[in-house]
Amino acid sequence: MYRYDEFDHAFVDARVSEFSDQVARRLSGEITEDAFKPLRLMNGVYLQLHAYMLRIAIPYGTLSSKQMRMLAHIARTYDKGYGHFTTRQNIQFNWPALSDIPAVLRDLASVEMHAIQTSGNCIRNVTADHFAGAAADEVADPRPYAEILRQWSSVHPEFSFLPRKFKIAVTGAERDRAAIQVHDIGLHLKKNAAGELGFAVYVGGGQGRTPMIAKKIRDFLPEKDLLSYTTAVMRVYNLHGRRDNKYKARIKILVHETGTEELTRQIEAEFAHLVDTELKLPDTDIRAIERYFAPPVLVERPDGEAILKQAQLDSRGFAEWLKQNVVTHRHPDYAAVTISLKGVGEIPGDATDVQMDAVADIAERYGFDELRVSHEQNLILPHVARADLKAVYDALVETGLATANSNLISDIIACPGLDFCALANARSIPVAQDISRRFASLERQREIGELKLKISGCINACGHHHVGHIGILGVEKKGAELYQITLGGSGDEHTSIGEIVGRGFAPEEVTDAVETVVETYLGLRSSPSERFIDAYRRVGAAPFKEALYGTTDAKAA
Amino acid sequence: MKILTANRLVDGEVVWLAPDGSWATELQSAEVVQTPEDEARLQAAGKHALAASLVVDVNLVEVSIADGTIRPNRLREQIRALGPTTHPSLGKQARSASPHA
Repeated sequence: MYRYDEFDHAFVDARVSEFSDQVARRLSGEITEDAFKPLRLMNGVYLQLHAYMLRIAIPYGTLSSKQMRMLAHIARTYDKGYGHFTTRQNIQFNWPALSDIPAVLRDLASVEMHAIQTSGNCIRNVTADHFAGAAADEVADPRPYAEILRQWSSVHPEFSFLPRKFKIAVTGAERDRAAIQVHDIGLHLKKNAAGELGFAVYVGGGQGRTPMIAKKIRDFLPEKDLLSYTTAVMRVYNLHGRRDNKYKARIKILVHETGTEELTRQIEAEFAHLVDTELKLPDTDIRAIERYFAPPVLVERPDGEAILKQAQLDSRGFAEWLKQNVVTHRHPDYAAVTISLKGVGEIPGDATDVQMDAVADIAERYGFDELRVSHEQNLILPHVARADLKAVYDALVETGLATANSNLISDIIACPGLDFCALANARSIPVAQDISRRFASLERQREIGELKLKISGCINACGHHHVGHIGILGVEKKGAELYQITLGGSGDEHTSIGEIVGRGFAPEEVTDAVETVVETYLGLRSSPSERFIDAYRRVGAAPFKEALYGTTDAKAA
Repeated sequence: MKILTANRLVDGEVVWLAPDGSWATELQSAEVVQTPEDEARLQAAGKHALAASLVVDVNLVEVSIADGTIRPNRLREQIRALGPTTHPSLGKQARSASPHA
């Protein structure tokens, strides 16, 4: 894991002092709300419906046990005993008092964490594949590059007042688990024919009210050019991105309005000026950052298979969890584990302080002290010996985190929605909970197979509904909540934007509608191995419209 | 009919302007007004409290009264008045006997 150096410590400590002073001056009335609001947002402090909200950065979703314990401590001491893991691999606390936030930030700094750039029109937390460093299919760990981008973008003077927020994601595998094509910049770390590392660069993806799939503007950018090229993209965006209309200010609109070819030309022209400057990454620097992410020493544990064989015979629950929540590791004696934060009827992404402590203990004991937050709002143990999986499972059962539903219909992404969020138009969480209860049977979920269901409570799409196989968007219509269903979205290497299937549904109708969609799929799939998304791509929307509305002529609400 | 709501500066707690000019933490203590003149009076009080760094995010909210109980018209304000519908043990509803129906 990355460790702060002297500069990092001084930088974060200075920011904590600065913001503590700003909070004190705000509370004493010395500075106005208008002056304070941009300052608090730069430090991750929002005002939501019931209270302030603090969003804490978890760079590329990587955490140590010690850091997770600190999050538990914050939940317990300053909040209401829980936290909410987000789709930017961050965590949010929903109830802190403004007067407590300086103390929270000091506690965070003591474990090398902060809340800088988790809001505002700047480069946000860089996300990465949650299986980075563990996945059997990656060419290299993408996190060193995410860390380089984090260091470069932290309070970057040129890019702290962009037209709008800016999100970057990095993956090191062909299989895209970081949704890079719906990011402002998506980077796919790969090797060229000569075996050198570099990136395919995607620009202009995003969700929100105008969902767009990113355009690939470079098939192979040498790793040494990462910062020069990213700077070129940012400069073109900063100069030409729209500032007249908040809803048209993201780079996706610039790409769309300028045209990919012309924008690429502008970026390449800017890059030509930057390519041989101090932004060129010396190989020694890259390798130095890489060393921070050196994988743990994975000793041979060939005893795993025999233990697993017996344990599966002894426990059906374990066998199901093993099949659903455990994925192949690059080392044959190890595995990566998804800890579901989506128990039946529970709130996607929420974990209590007790659960955070329990997970930290498990990671310390069986997982080389390392945890990840996935953008799908689960936690990950990236390196667990197969021989230890049963012990990990038993410990997760103990703390109520052993639901075997990874990638199934109840593994739902949901934004906080109108229960918490000042921007929301409709609730998201109760919809997720109701669907989760309806499909509570894991046997039924497994029969349905991989199905990504994602819910947003407003058009800003924090719940990623545009890339849900089934997406649900909550809107307010005539003072009441109404839910639009989209089908066919996907946020992987075959990214697609879901299409609205027809008029919306009242809150009490939406779970029935989802069930109708699922039953329709089960009735038309070519075989049990044809996933929902593949079946939808084969047959299109018509059979689903027919099933939902009794006609193929359903007008969108 | 309208009431004036805000969030308390120090901790973000949802508050409403009461007839005695204080900021109440309970919806039913809010002053309900019906005329443009009274609305303007509430707004002036809100502006003053904002300037005095007591509250932030001051807004007039439409309400109805049924059986002597104030009820905001929009779901958003109903949720602000009680707490998240997903967590009956959190927010104002946890302190009263009437969580979300």
